[in-house]
Amino acid sequence: MDFFELLAFGDTGWGDEMLRACFMTLLVSLSAMAMGLLFAIFGTMSKMSSNGFARGIGNTYTTIVRGVPELLVIYLLYFGLNNAVMGVAKGVFGYDQYIELPVFLVATLAVGLISGAYSTEVIRGAFLVVPKGQIEAAKSVGMNRFLIFHRVLVPQVLRYALPGLGNVWQLTLKDTALIMVTGLVEIMRQAHIGAGSTHEPFVFYITAALLYLVLTTISSLILNGAENWANKGVRRA
Amino acid sequence: MSIFSSYFQMCDALPGREGLLNFSLMCNNLPELLKGVPLTLELVFISLTLGFCLALGVALMRISNSRVLNIIARSYVFYFRGTPLLVQIFLIYYGLAQFEAVRESFLWPFFKEAYWCGILALMLNTGAYTAEIIRGGLQSVPFGQIEAARAMGMSGLLLYKRIIFPIAFRQALPAYGNEMILMVKGTSLVSTITLMEVTGIARYIIAKYWTPVEIFLIAGIIYLVINYLVTQIVKKAEYKFTPYLQHPK
Repeated sequence: MDFFELLAFGDTGWGDEMLRACFMTLLVSLSAMAMGLLFAIFGTMSKMSSNGFARGIGNTYTTIVRGVPELLVIYLLYFGLNNAVMGVAKGVFGYDQYIELPVFLVATLAVGLISGAYSTEVIRGAFLVVPKGQIEAAKSVGMNRFLIFHRVLVPQVLRYALPGLGNVWQLTLKDTALIMVTGLVEIMRQAHIGAGSTHEPFVFYITAALLYLVLTTISSLILNGAENWANKGVRRA
Repeated sequence: MSIFSSYFQMCDALPGREGLLNFSLMCNNLPELLKGVPLTLELVFISLTLGFCLALGVALMRISNSRVLNIIARSYVFYFRGTPLLVQIFLIYYGLAQFEAVRESFLWPFFKEAYWCGILALMLNTGAYTAEIIRGGLQSVPFGQIEAARAMGMSGLLLYKRIIFPIAFRQALPAYGNEMILMVKGTSLVSTITLMEVTGIARYIIAKYWTPVEIFLIAGIIYLVINYLVTQIVKKAEYKFTPYLQHPK
């Protein structure tokens, strides 16, 4: 079979399966990125806190997650979460059957944890760039903490953090390829299944590569647009 | 020998199955996992070295005035930065073997080994990222410096050797440190094509005893230690090459 026959849509080809897997990749990436931003908010708060214990937790989180291979983080969460949930079920409720968490949830959590560690560093860096004088000035005109956050910090932090968060998004998108090991059918898993059952690995993996290229290219276009939007108030030479 | 026997005695004294984690099992399997470290380091070292040479060429192509060279370099970087490393590894190891022409060519002894496919994929991947880092470094050299050097009569290789490379190298060092860490983490992916580095051995042990959490935890700690050492070396290098930018010790 040639390339186009293999990737035809409908019952005979793998085109529709690959496309569906592509949407799954996008879905996991989006939810992992959102979860990562949530982790990043807590991470930034604890890393910039005046409490030593909170700082310790934040630093441990980013150091460990960024220093351990993504594949291991995913494996650890995949097996560890299941074990933990089963342990709790047995200890608290006396339920001793096998429990398997939804793969999508575990995958999102694992990739979100990784994405969050990188986002933490990006957002923290952006907060540090805002000059102290601006916050003092805002206080002196009588703004309260919420107003300072809303009017002074957020617009600038968003501007400074956007390029970095764009990089984190591209990383997250590519990291979702690793969750094929959990069995969730995203692009890589689908390509693996297709390659196995047709003995045409090259066709499937090159298709997977092209799908990732399409996703990363479209997102970089969107991110450029977003950066222009965030920077529209900045004077340029 | 006595060191080892006392080590294992200590391991057996640790809490076993009844706790949250089986510490004696973790401790007992540490030596086995450490056997994967040389291969991990070897993969990192070879692919970083080859990748750096490749990246230097690509970066020079990228800033050259030739349109063709520029497009080639651009598409290479675009492809390898836009796709996951796992796809690149699978494409080279599983994908290429599909073709009769590859299987019958003189390159087959090379492409049939997971080891060489792994190194090739890692090298091409790091080459693309490093090329961008080097390009950033080269372009950060202030034009006035180059003008001044030209005014002194330097040109060509001498200009590169004395002015551009030293400045670019200092500029690119922190980013390259990050790339080295990414590479250490990247080598764990070649365990999917049967190589027995740290992650590969971890998967092998788990297949035997089914104790995933304990073994992956130790493997993670090993990577953490390697990456810690890498960051320390890079820090030392930064301190040595850019002392004027560092905080006093």
